[in-house]
Amino acid sequence: MFKIVEKSFLQDIVVRMVIEAPEVARKRKPGQFIVLMIDEQGERIPLTIVDSDSEKGTLTIIFQIVGKTTAKLADMKVGDHILHVLGPLGHATEISNFGTAVVVGGGVGIGVAYPIAAALKKAGNKVISIIGARTKDILILEDEMKNVSDRLLVATDDGSYGFHGFVSAVLQNLIDSGEKIDIVFAIGPVPMMRVIANLTKPYGLKTIVSLNPIMVDATGMCGACRVAVGGKTKFGCVDGPEFDGHEVDFGLLMSRLRTYADQEKQAMENYRCESHGK
Amino acid sequence: MENKEKTEKKEKKEKIPRQAMPEQDPKERIHNFDEVPYGYNAELAMMEAKRCIQCKKPSCVAGCPVDVKIPEFIKLIAEGKFIEAAWKLKETNALPAVCGRVCPQEDQCEKVCILGKKDEPVAVGRLERFAADFEQDSGNIVIPEKESPTGKKIAVVGAGPAGLTIAGDLIKLGHEVTIFEALHKAGGVLIYGIPEFRLPKAIVDAEVNYLEKLGVKIVRNAAIGRLKTVDDLFAEGFHAVFLGVGAGAPVFMNIPGENLSGIYSANEYLTRSNLMKAYLFPEFDTPIVRGKNVAVIGGGNVAMDSVRTALRLGADNAYIIYRRTEVEMPARIEEVHHAKEEGVQFKLLHAPVEYIGDENGWVRQMKCIRMELGEPDASGRRSPIPIKGSEFIIDVDTVVVAIGTMANPVIQATTPGLEVNKRGYIVTKGETGETTREGVYAGGDIVTGSATVILAMGAGRQAAKAIHEHVMAKG
Repeated sequence: MFKIVEKSFLQDIVVRMVIEAPEVARKRKPGQFIVLMIDEQGERIPLTIVDSDSEKGTLTIIFQIVGKTTAKLADMKVGDHILHVLGPLGHATEISNFGTAVVVGGGVGIGVAYPIAAALKKAGNKVISIIGARTKDILILEDEMKNVSDRLLVATDDGSYGFHGFVSAVLQNLIDSGEKIDIVFAIGPVPMMRVIANLTKPYGLKTIVSLNPIMVDATGMCGACRVAVGGKTKFGCVDGPEFDGHEVDFGLLMSRLRTYADQEKQAMENYRCESHGK
Repeated sequence: MENKEKTEKKEKKEKIPRQAMPEQDPKERIHNFDEVPYGYNAELAMMEAKRCIQCKKPSCVAGCPVDVKIPEFIKLIAEGKFIEAAWKLKETNALPAVCGRVCPQEDQCEKVCILGKKDEPVAVGRLERFAADFEQDSGNIVIPEKESPTGKKIAVVGAGPAGLTIAGDLIKLGHEVTIFEALHKAGGVLIYGIPEFRLPKAIVDAEVNYLEKLGVKIVRNAAIGRLKTVDDLFAEGFHAVFLGVGAGAPVFMNIPGENLSGIYSANEYLTRSNLMKAYLFPEFDTPIVRGKNVAVIGGGNVAMDSVRTALRLGADNAYIIYRRTEVEMPARIEEVHHAKEEGVQFKLLHAPVEYIGDENGWVRQMKCIRMELGEPDASGRRSPIPIKGSEFIIDVDTVVVAIGTMANPVIQATTPGLEVNKRGYIVTKGETGETTREGVYAGGDIVTGSATVILAMGAGRQAAKAIHEHVMAKG
């Protein structure tokens, strides 16, 4: 049993949660993730670890309500217990002093981008972060990102804050301005990562993306999370979650992510009805 | 005179036919996940037990990887001493209710049964199941005496058949035993792989429960290699480590279209259904594709489990696609028989070459090629050769690839000094399970590649002896 010790809504459908998991907290490195299962009837879902505190023995996660499990998790209270937490899983981000690193985070992906930016900064990189959201009210972790970046650039799709447009346009401007960039990390919705990878490819600019395929065991046993990278099948859970963005087949990733769309919708509707009944 | 009497007595015994086990009607059972055979009742069990002629030198025991005292437990059943029979089983087998159901007895104890030479062998497996179930149902579960504490701590990695067996053996010898399991439930393949209709999960839970009552500590959600390394375990004070992690990684064929939605590895399909209870969706949260035309690639027990699961999930057509003939199929005869009874369609001498998807990335068709058998290959089986130009299309909306598994590399990669072979399996010295790292032992599928539950248990048994000697010798 893993106790929830903090919970807050960063915006309407994005939740930050701190969970007691001392052993995982001690081992965890930036880029790694956990799998959690709320209760006996629950499903196993992967969530990236945003932060950890080895002294307090806690992990921080940030998630968006997208289906029944995340909705149920968001309904849990401080003091409640999550039945199962497994981790830390996946390879940690390969951090070194690359020179200038650009970290692009979109939507809830900023939560994943944050520990990477922090680690890059700590390793001596010049960190330029670009974060974006649909609109100002749903932008998360702006201050945190500012603290670990040499420069922070913000974009909103509707222009309500920062640059009016997508994060990709901000990155394009940055490249056009003559900024010498050594590496790009892009974490966010699949279409965003695809656009960023397509943008950097002609410049031969190394681009790492963090993928979020469907997983079950997340230890390399089931292959639910298979992704095509450079024409080869890889497992997101044990080979990833980070891959060379120029080699990833994003179309396949998107279609596989939609495999259970109907069941997910049904489960969500049932859950909403049940919780309203209470 | 004496001789004549003996012969008569023997003939009389052989006249009782091998007792069939009552089972669910195939038409009924394809609509539920309940266990297929009901098991013997007391009367049938005693009748079957009386068939055993109590050989002085029983070859059946030699045919058993864990040396179950077969004639002795059968004699107790024949005498109506059912609970005593269960205890006798448990002297050498930590998981009798499991083995009675999933062991390939026809290749082991029953294969060498002397009755089998002229008649049918004694139904050892069915009797084992009967006695073990009798004990569980009675609730009269006796915890055996343990040796006095040795002060030695043993870590077992993986709560599958090998790990559970070695834990049971070592705890009885007085050691402190902790099992580390990556999944949230103990049982390994018994929990995630073998379906409810062949091995009810309550049976596995009861066996795991029994080990915990014996004092075995089970730490779930502990992925060794990630949460802790083998070196961390030694640093924590464990005196020996047993690796029984299985051959967990699925094998795919690497043919075009294999990553389309609707195409599963057998591991994923069965894990969703068995471990996560996706067949009870939406009561349970994990979804599974309920295909109407389901093709399962492969001819082993895992393929049979998958195809019979597909039927129960509502498939109109459930196919086995196998590249050889039924003779070469590695699945147990009983599994093939049950699958046929349930309406599985066997497409033998067939192999998929490509999957064709729709605009949404869903599998819709499978291109197959016909095969013919050529010369025997390294495995001794005649190798399948594709017949040129024989390709044809089958409509499918779900595919399960059940062509085997391979080693998961996580532990090997994080344990310096642990030698693995070129296929990634751990190298051991003989039957003791001793690896190239001192104090580290391994057994089961991670050493042999995918095999059976009982062989993994046998490996656990052997390694238990070796570990006991190792930790005791160190004083």
